[in-house]
Formats: sequence, structure tokens, C-alpha cells
Amino acid sequence: MNVMSDWIEIGRIEDIPRQGARVVATPAGNVAIFRTLNDEIFAVRDLCPHKGGPLSQGIVCGKRVACPLHNWVIDLASGDAAPPDEGRTACFPVKLENERLWLQLDRPE
Amino acid sequence: MKKQRLIVIGNGMAGIRTVEELLKIAPDAYDVTVFGAEPHCNYNRILLSPVLAGEKTLNDIILNDDDWYASNGITLHKGRKVVAIDRRRRLVRTEDGLEAGYDRLLLATGSMPFMLPVPGRDLPGVIGFRDIRDVELMLEASQKYRHAIVIGGGLLGLEAANGLKKRGMAVTVVHLLDTLMERQLDKPAADLLKRALEDSGLDFRMEAQTKAILGHDRVTGVRFKDGSETPADLVVMAVGIRPNVDLAKSAGIHCERGILVNDTLQTFDPRIYAVGECVQHRKQLFGLVAPLFEQAKVCANHLAEYGIARYEGSVTSTKLKVTGIDLFSAGEFQGGNGYEELLFQDPARGIYKKLVVESNRIKGAVLYGDTGDGAWYFQLMRDGTDISAFRENVLFGQAHLGDAGHGADNRAALMPDTAEVCGCNGVCKKTIVDAIVQKKLFTLDDVRTHTKASASCGSCTGLVEQILQSTLGSDYSVSPAKKPLCKCTDHTHEEVREAIRAENLKTIPEVMRFLDWKTVDGCHSCRPALNYYLLCQWPNEYRDDPQSRFINERAHANIQKDGTYSVVPRIWGGVTNPKELRAIADVAEKFEIPTVKITGGQRIDLLGVPKQQLPAVWAELGKHGLVSGHAYGKSLRTVKTCVGKEWCRFGTQDSTKMGIDLEKMTWGSWTPAKVKMAVSGCPRNCAEATIKDFGVVAVDSGWELHVGGNGGVKVRATDFLCKVDTEEEVKEYCGAYMQLYREEARYLERTAHWIERVGLAYVQERIVSNPESRRALYERFLESQKSAQIDPWAVLAKESERQHFEPLRKVG
Ligand code: SRM
Ligand SMILES: Cc1cc2nc3c(=O)[nH]c(=O)nc-3n(C[C@H](O)[C@H](O)[C@H](O)COP(=O)(O)OP(=O)(O)OC[C@H]3O[C@@H](n4cnc5c(N)ncnc54)[C@H](O)[C@@H]3O)c2cc1C
Ligand code: SF4
Ligand code: FES
Repeated sequence: MNVMSDWIEIGRIEDIPRQGARVVATPAGNVAIFRTLNDEIFAVRDLCPHKGGPLSQGIVCGKRVACPLHNWVIDLASGDAAPPDEGRTACFPVKLENERLWLQLDRPE
Repeated sequence: MKKQRLIVIGNGMAGIRTVEELLKIAPDAYDVTVFGAEPHCNYNRILLSPVLAGEKTLNDIILNDDDWYASNGITLHKGRKVVAIDRRRRLVRTEDGLEAGYDRLLLATGSMPFMLPVPGRDLPGVIGFRDIRDVELMLEASQKYRHAIVIGGGLLGLEAANGLKKRGMAVTVVHLLDTLMERQLDKPAADLLKRALEDSGLDFRMEAQTKAILGHDRVTGVRFKDGSETPADLVVMAVGIRPNVDLAKSAGIHCERGILVNDTLQTFDPRIYAVGECVQHRKQLFGLVAPLFEQAKVCANHLAEYGIARYEGSVTSTKLKVTGIDLFSAGEFQGGNGYEELLFQDPARGIYKKLVVESNRIKGAVLYGDTGDGAWYFQLMRDGTDISAFRENVLFGQAHLGDAGHGADNRAALMPDTAEVCGCNGVCKKTIVDAIVQKKLFTLDDVRTHTKASASCGSCTGLVEQILQSTLGSDYSVSPAKKPLCKCTDHTHEEVREAIRAENLKTIPEVMRFLDWKTVDGCHSCRPALNYYLLCQWPNEYRDDPQSRFINERAHANIQKDGTYSVVPRIWGGVTNPKELRAIADVAEKFEIPTVKITGGQRIDLLGVPKQQLPAVWAELGKHGLVSGHAYGKSLRTVKTCVGKEWCRFGTQDSTKMGIDLEKMTWGSWTPAKVKMAVSGCPRNCAEATIKDFGVVAVDSGWELHVGGNGGVKVRATDFLCKVDTEEEVKEYCGAYMQLYREEARYLERTAHWIERVGLAYVQERIVSNPESRRALYERFLESQKSAQIDPWAVLAKESERQHFEPLRKVG
């Protein structure tokens, strides 16, 4: 594991609504940063494995989001689509430190 | 913590279904052990008939194979009959002496064929029709012998007779009465059935009572009460079933005809539950799977210690699984005493339909020869829909209500494999059939999740249900009489709304807590519904929860396939002017909006706006007085109008002004599903008012009001509500109608479906014949509009709100 990888500061947890998401815009496309009801934070590529819908715009329930285009449900921790749908979207490491959110972009899991 | 031990006695359809339901909601609650007297895994008993007839193989009908039990950690004892239950020591004992202890016990022992108490009934060659063993015996006999007699002309008997005939035997069906399947059919339908079966080669002896079964080493014939005898090498008794209660009885569990259970499927011993054909619930015994599956669900809920579900009995319908015979029966099919009967008969085509009606509500149905509308009648019956508005056409089926649209009169069975069933998701018939067979799907819901068929617009639902039925050969798909709001709860829409009102629940978490929601914060189906119900119940008070709204309503714009949005400003009554048009043109140019389109709703759509740009676009439009058109909302959409009296040579009233007035009154209102209106200036109806949720057609002497139209997935022409004289009345009726719909329809149910469910007569009673009720509704509507009519675009275009539309951060 590469401990040297860069953590980028992306904002404060209050900037994201509970049961909601905001995006981090990158040259390689948006990364959606989700905040659950219990203040857990997840980062996944803002691209639904089905037809590329923006997951950040979906309804967040538990640790899952329903894609706004055709309602696939994506698990935020693994990026997997809920069966019987099949597909996965990339996840990124995020952490909360001193009230700040940090994201690691170079190592999608 | 040590897991509790659950023992299931009976490895059949009801028992294993309960285990499946339990695994879904509480997979780790129990160590499960199953005892089954048969040497097989759980199989689909219903399909024994097609196996006997050679249309399916035994392999096809296995529901849960050995791997399933193993991978779910279930200990299965096949071929081991439980002969004793020791309730004090809480253990069960099998015939071969194995003992096992339980914390909870589930009895699912099913039933046994009733064997007539006549001499000779124990002879070899005399059997019932219940399990794989019976089918094997019949197949063996069909290879060696020629003559079969089936005693009993009910569902099971006829299916057995048909199978044996298909296997080459000469079959006589003996029936005590003059009507076949008398528990499902009336005389005329039964006669049609008998004729069709005779044509296919079966013989019948009606009104014949069996006196004795003849033979020494094996059956050789049957003697009847009148002394006559008929030769037979095989006798199948299909005169009824008896719940298997001996085991329960011997353990001192209270039984009458079946094992007595309460609404939670608990027996008199609180540790012991029972489901399936072995139970007796509210005096009722069971013989079809649909109610057993409902019981399984409730029982699992209690085994999982959720403790909220109740089983309150079921309404069932029946079909006969004899290929080529199309028959449907449900409810009080006989009619008579106090009931009315609607009849359709076409003997030449072999079609017979009877609906039994009381106070304009369907109480029962018998269909023969054309059962395409069975599911629809069944739905009307369970919902208690008032059919007076379409009573004269009801026998012609659902496709005859409203004019065009792709109704449900397609015949699933006749469709080629490659035919597209679901146009939204491009699913063809074969995909659906394969999924049903390979993945063992039973319900419409299952088929939806696995294939996506009918998961989008839903117009092919009826067809998918028919495919399900023709593939499974039976009527499983009956959704439970009580339809839960979503998978997070067992409560119906109505129960949830009632709880919100009666218990003064004011937030989504409060509702979920009070009603024991199964998930922490719901799902994308229930949260928007709850948000709406709260908002409707507590107007001017409830704080809207944007996170529980679909993105379109959160962003106040329609999301497009590429993630951009569309912007549709309100064009009141479809009337605009150069200033507004110029403003729209300027915005389109300034923001380089790729597409500007005239919509089907008489307004202008700006398509392809990136999310970040929305507030700026709105601010610019707002400067010129343009506000949100709610093209994205479960709310009032457009009010279409025609030019009316002001210009048109036929116009009778000022339809344009009427439309604008209605739009000014109703805009901003949130509703269960979208609401569209139109006002036409004369009966030529250029504004297409008769396919709108609320349509107004001006006539010389006033205004005709029409309700419940839909121009979408399935076209439905409006029902005529009433005629009024003044513009003020149009507004009052319109507001009252909106409010009734807002307060009583289910979330996502459009007015067309709502009215089909509750009946036009009900709506008329609340709005037309009862002025007090109308005025009260109207007042509540106006009250709730006070805080609703705030332009959301103006609010969100403010600098302070713009961050919601911006990325959190840009990198690189
Ligand atoms: C823009 C427009 C098409 C057009 O270019 O003309 C349109 C576009 C959409 N319609 Fe429509 N409908 C449009 C007029 C209609 C009409 C005609 C009318 O209103 O007179 C109908 C049939 C009339 C009716 O509703 O009964 C219509 C029946 C539907 C339906 C089927 C509704 C039904 O109950 O059967 C849907 C699906 C749904 O709502 O679930 C739908 C859904 C949609 C959605 C919202 C699909 C979606 O979920 O993304 C489309 C949004 C596109 C967008 O971003 O604006 N649209 N849609 C029209 C907007 C009218 C407006 O000014 O607001
Ligand atoms: C030929 C046929 C056609 C049918 N067609 C239809 C139809 O079209 N539509 C419909 O809805 N229904 C139909 N049914 C009825 C349906 O199959 C039953 O309602 C359903 O199978 C009952 O489920 P159950 O679990 O209660 O009983 P079963 O499925 O019979 O399961 C009970 C199991 O318990 C076992 N058992 C009993 N006592 C013991 C014991 N002491 N120890 C261990 N194991 C024990 C039995 O061996 C049996 O395997 C049909 C039935 C038959 C036989
Ligand atoms: S605008 Fe309406 S008809 Fe056209 S593709 Fe979208 S939903 Fe279908
Ligand atoms: S793009 Fe996400 S569900 Fe289709």
C-alpha cells in the first residue's frame, strides 16, 4: 500500500446535506461525496454503472443511493449495484479529520 | 448470543416459503432444522399436474435444491417423518427415533387426500393425488393398464383425469353432483367445461355415488349406488383434502378441522406456529397457495420478532391447469339471494362471463373461454371499486374502457417468444419466461426486479401477469389484498396516512419510529411518499425534506439522460407575449442553451442546462416575471386552453381566461402524482380537455366538468363529473376535486387510477351531491395553497442558496 499518496482537502462535512451528496469536479470527471444519516462519508465516481447517471443526484437511504435515471441502487461502501442488477462504480478513500474532509483520488478501490 | 432453534415440520410449499421470508428479514435469528416426510427437496406441488400431463419434468418443479438448504445453513432431514412432539421438553421425535430440540416450532404439515370410506379403498391401485409418489404410481399404471377412474370432478380430479388421458389411458370421471367444479363454477360455465373436456376425450358419470371398490390383489372396478359397475385398473380419489392434524392433536395442540391459529399464525402453544393447509384460521381452511404465501409472510414477521404483521384472511381466485381450457373463478360466483348478475354468453365461441354484483361492487366472477380480464375483475373486487360509471361496458373488459391505448387484451400464451413485452426496457417474452423458470420467480414483483419488465411505466403489467400465470400454470401473482407502501413496511398507504393524522406524527423519522419501519431511513420509494403525506396533512406547518424528494423536485428542473437539466417556465394558460418570448430567447442565447422546444403542454422547454447554471438562468427569467412551470413535479403541471370566445367563431365562453384563473389558483400545489388540466371553449374540445386530470368544456349554458382523464401510458377518457353555471363554481369544484385527490389518493397514483379504484360515484358524492363536503374541501385546498405558492426558482436563485448547485471543490 502506498502511504505516500496525496490526500486532498475538499471541504467541511456541513457543506454536504445529511442523506445527500456534493461532487468534487476533477479532470477525469466528478466524484460524488455522500453523507449518510449517521454522518458516514463515502466517495464514489459520479457515474452509474448502468448508463452513466449522476449518482450524486439520487436519493440516499442507509448506505445506498438510488440512481436518479432508472433507479438502480448502488452500495456506497463497495460501489456494487444491488442484485439482481450487475455492475460496479469505483470508490475512493475519504476521511474526516479535524472537521475537514479529505479525499484520495489516485487510488480508486 | 446463542442462536435460537427453529424446527419446521413439513418440507412443503408453506413451510419453506416461511423460512424464505424469515431469511429475508432476519437471516441470523435462528438455527433452522427442517423435517420432511417426503424423500425430496421442496418442490412446486401445483405443477404436479403438468408433470403428470407430460408438459413438465420433475426436475423443472424443484423449488429449493439441496444446495439452497446447505448455503443457508439449514439442516434438512428428508424422508423423516416426525411422530411426536414433547412440548414440555421442547423436542420432536421422528419415526426412526431421532430427537431434536426447539425454541420455536413451525407446523407446516399440509393436508392429505380424503379417501372415501368404502370397501376396497385400501386395494393397490387406489390412490390420491398429492405428491410425487402419487404421480409416479399414476405414470407406472398408465404404462401397464388401460382403464382409469377418477372420483371427484373438482379442480384436482379434472387435472388428474386430463393427465392420465394424455398418458394414453381411457379415463372416466365420476362426480357426485351435476355440476363440475361446483365450488368454483356455476352450472352454465360447468356445462361448457364438461363439453370441452368430453370433446378432448374424457368420459363423465355425473350424479353417481361410489358404493364400493372392487378387486382382490388390485383394483378391478367400481360399483355405484345404482348397482352398476365400471371396470378400472387405477382409481384416483380426488374428493377433497383433510388437514394433517394428527401430530398436532397427539401433542395436545388445540385443533378443530385444522390446527387453530390466530392472526399471527400462532397456535395455542405460544412457542408453536402453524402455516399452510394444516391450519384453520377464523373458521377457514385452505387449499390454494396464494393465501399460504401471505400467511408465510406474516408468520415470518412474528418469528423474526417484529410482531407487527397480521393475517386477516384472503380472497382467492382459481384457474384450471388444463392446457386449452381457459377458466377463472373468484369470490361469490354463484350469485342469487340479493345479488345482481351481469352475464355475457357467446355459445358459438364457447365464451361465458358472469359478474356477481352488489350495490355496484363486484362480489364474484366466473369466466369461461376468455379470461383475459380475470385479473382486472379480481382487482376491482378486492378494492371494492364502485363500477357504476362503466357498468354497461364492464363485461367487455378493461380494454373497452377509454378508447385507444394498449390495453391488456393481449393473449400472453399466444405471443411468440421474441415479442417485446416491455417497451420501456426492451424485454421480450422469452426473457421473462426464462427468468420465471430458471430463477423460480412467483410474483410480479420478482419478475420486475429480475427482468425490469413492467418496472418503468407499468403499462405492460397485465401482460406480465398473464405470462407469469401461463408459465407457472397458476394464479400465484395475486398481490396480497393488503398492499404495503413499500418493502420497508407492512403498512398500506392508507394505514400510514391514518397514523400520521391520528397520532399527530409530524416528521418522517417520527412516522418510521411509530410504525416500526424495517429500515433505518426508508428507501427511495417510501421517503418521497411520506414527505408528501406529511406535507398534505400538515400544510403551512410541515418542513419539507428535500433529501426525500426525487432530484427533479429537489433541483426544480428535469434531469436529462446526460445529467443536464431542462427549464420550463410557466406560460399561464398557454398565453404569452413578445416580452416573455424575448426574455426566453435572450436567456437561450446568453447561456448557449442547445435546444429550445415547444412542449406538448403549450409552453417552451430550454433543454441541456448544466446544474451549476440553473440559478443564473432562473434569475434571468425571473427578472421578466417568468416563474417555475413545475414541469418536474408531482404537482400541477399545465393548464392547456384554446382561444375560446374571444376569437374563435364557435367559442361559447372565455376558456382562455378560465384556464389562466385555474392555473393561478392551483399552481404550486403538491399532489400524489402530476395533475394536468385543460379548458376548451366549446365541445370541439381543441384543448383536449377530455384526457386531462381535470377538464373543462365550455357550453353555451355554462361549463361541463370532466375528471380522471389520462393521455399517457394508457389513454383514458375523462368521466363526466357534472355541469355548473358560473366561473366561480368551476373554481370551487376544481379546488375541491384537487383536495379530495390530494387527501385520499396513494402517492404516485394519478387521478385516472384513483378514480378507477374508488369509483366515480364516490367522487361525485363528495363533490357534487354534498355541497358542504365540497366547500370544506375547497377551503382546505385554499388554506394549503397559502404557503405553497412561492416561486421556488426565485428562492433558489438567491446567492445564499447557490452553493447547492456548485461542486464542493474543483481539483486539477
Ligand atoms: C417536455 C414534454 C415533451 C415535449 O417535448 O413536449 C414531456 C417530457 C417528459 N415527460 Fe411527458 N412531457 C410532456 C408532455 C406530456 C403530455 C402531453 C400533455 O401534457 O398534454 C403527456 C400525456 C398527457 C398525460 O400526462 O396524461 C405526457 C405523458 C407523460 C407520462 C405518462 C403519464 C401517465 O400517467 O401515463 C410520463 C411518465 C410519468 O409521468 O411517469 C411523462 C414523463 C415525462 C418526463 C418527465 C420523463 C422523465 O421522467 O424524465 C419527460 C421530461 C422531459 C423534460 O425534461 O422536460 N410524460 N407528457 C412535455 C412537457 C409538457 C409541459 O409543458 O410541461
Ligand atoms: C396436483 C395438485 C395441484 C394443485 N394445483 C393448485 C393450483 O393450481 N393453485 C393453487 O393455488 N394450489 C394448487 N394446489 C394446492 C397447493 O399445492 C397446496 O395448497 C400447497 O402445496 C399446500 O402447501 P403446504 O405447505 O400447506 O402443504 P404441502 O405442500 O403438502 O407440504 C406439507 C409437507 O409436509 C410433510 N409432512 C406432513 N406431515 C409430516 C410429518 N409429521 N413430518 C414430516 N413431514 C411431514 C408432507 O409430506 C409434505 O411434504 C394443488 C395441489 C395439488 C396436489
Ligand atoms: S419526452 Fe415523454 S414520450 Fe418523449 S421520450 Fe421522454 S418520456 Fe418518452
Ligand atoms: S443510469 Fe443509473 S440506473 Fe440507469
